Amino acid sequence: MALLTVSALSYMVRDKKILDGLDLALAEREIHALLGANGTGKSTLAYLIMGCAGYLPSAGEIRFQGQVINTLPLHQRAQLGITMTWQEPARFEGLRVADYLTLGSAVERDPADSLRRVGLQPELYLERAVDKTLSGGERKRIELASVLALQPRLAILDEPDSGIDMLSTREIIDVIQALKNLGAAILLITHRQEIARVADRASYLCAGKIVATGDPASVAEQYRTRRCLTCDGELCRA
Amino acid sequence: MPDERLDLLSALYRVYPDAAVLMNPQTAHMVIEGHSLMSQQKVPGVDMQARKTEDAIVVEITVAAGVRVPNPIHTCIGLMAPDGAQRVRLHVRLERGASAELLAHCLFPNAEHARHVMEATVEVGEGAELRHTEGHYHGPYGGIEVIPHAVVRVDRNGRYFSDFSLTAGRVGRLHVVYKVETAENAVAEISARVFGHATDEIKVEDELVLAGRNSRGLIKTRIAVEDDARSEVISITHGNAEGARGHMDCTELVRDRAVARAEPIVSVEHPLAKVTHEAAVGTVDQKQLETLMAHGLAPQAAVDVIIMGMLR
Repeated sequence: MALLTVSALSYMVRDKKILDGLDLALAEREIHALLGANGTGKSTLAYLIMGCAGYLPSAGEIRFQGQVINTLPLHQRAQLGITMTWQEPARFEGLRVADYLTLGSAVERDPADSLRRVGLQPELYLERAVDKTLSGGERKRIELASVLALQPRLAILDEPDSGIDMLSTREIIDVIQALKNLGAAILLITHRQEIARVADRASYLCAGKIVATGDPASVAEQYRTRRCLTCDGELCRA
Repeated sequence: MPDERLDLLSALYRVYPDAAVLMNPQTAHMVIEGHSLMSQQKVPGVDMQARKTEDAIVVEITVAAGVRVPNPIHTCIGLMAPDGAQRVRLHVRLERGASAELLAHCLFPNAEHARHVMEATVEVGEGAELRHTEGHYHGPYGGIEVIPHAVVRVDRNGRYFSDFSLTAGRVGRLHVVYKVETAENAVAEISARVFGHATDEIKVEDELVLAGRNSRGLIKTRIAVEDDARSEVISITHGNAEGARGHMDCTELVRDRAVARAEPIVSVEHPLAKVTHEAAVGTVDQKQLETLMAHGLAPQAAVDVIIMGMLR
């Protein structure tokens, strides 16, 4: 049984179809990269799986460990073991990094260890606040550290590489692999082929549909050249 | 409604866990209940006087020139009775080059029909530095009116930092008025953090006059209101001199049927002065909420983390 199954999922805003009968499945401990141009529905899919406010499927089904979770509140999905990082992570005035890294964690993990895994020195960060004094890259690393600390069953990472310098690509890949080693499946939304290559499989999303699924290298190449059947061999609409 | 009645020391622990510091002979303190001085500890370089008048208690604290007080000076001021009135006239003076931290604990743990008025003047002398932290606890009943007014003058190269907080228990009716004036190269930062519940009424008026060349100032206000509480924040900064720089930063979080209002007023009277402001009034940020819920926190627990972080 797949860990996550998304079947014929559609999501409409007024008359516009953002997702159009999308199918996707993730196995336990699978890293699945999701590629696609801006505006094709990648983040929308993430919000629907996570259960963010205002994101209810117009049609179709999302199952996690066999349970339909279409209407389950976000925090209850998190309690099942789903978590997510946002492209632009939220900032929290007065909340210490050390506290943030232990929030909601079912297992006791040393926050210093989580920070080290994302390339941050604990002595410089544990007492700082998760607020606007952190750079974009620092904040994203802390978000990844928090996912490591949570040890989820499914982590949805929405462009974990955006805003982080190229030299850090290796560290991001290491974190993704560490998550997998801890037992998580990962839905990895990215534009970067070098990040996507860490995946076991990849899917290419175009105009709200998965138009290709397969090994990451070939799907990434398809994405690079923007070829998909939906768009009749032309550059993808989005 | 809780029927627990707190004594002064128990109430102090609510706002200051290290209350046993009042036993330390190296730490200056004054404990005032109503209009009576209950306890006092003096240290070298710090003159502290208290005298009762017909309608008030007058407290004078002076730190002599050049004295750097190693431990914070504690003032513990409160009313233990459920009703009554207290008026405190507080005069704090730091002479040239002095440095001190003043921790004021203002405790009204049993107040049901009480009133507290503080009329303070603060003088921070040339090159002196005062850190003034004022922690309030008003108990669970909401039956108090608290009116702290302060006029502060920060002399050349002086530094003044104040932090007013009332984040546990009810507020009652609160009307804070601080007016701070800075001379050349002086720095002033005023912050207030308040959490209102039930029918609490909060009004915070801070005014900063950057009168001296290259003086700097910040007004920071953090208010959370829930139930039927109301808050109003009026922040005023005047940039009146060359190189003066001021900023006002106000966040008010609103829940339930509570109402919040913010009014930042910027007045610049010198072409080389600059004053900026930011204000956010509204409900808890949805992305913050969802981020914490994605960690498995229930919505109410997530809101609590956001509010208490903001008020920290």
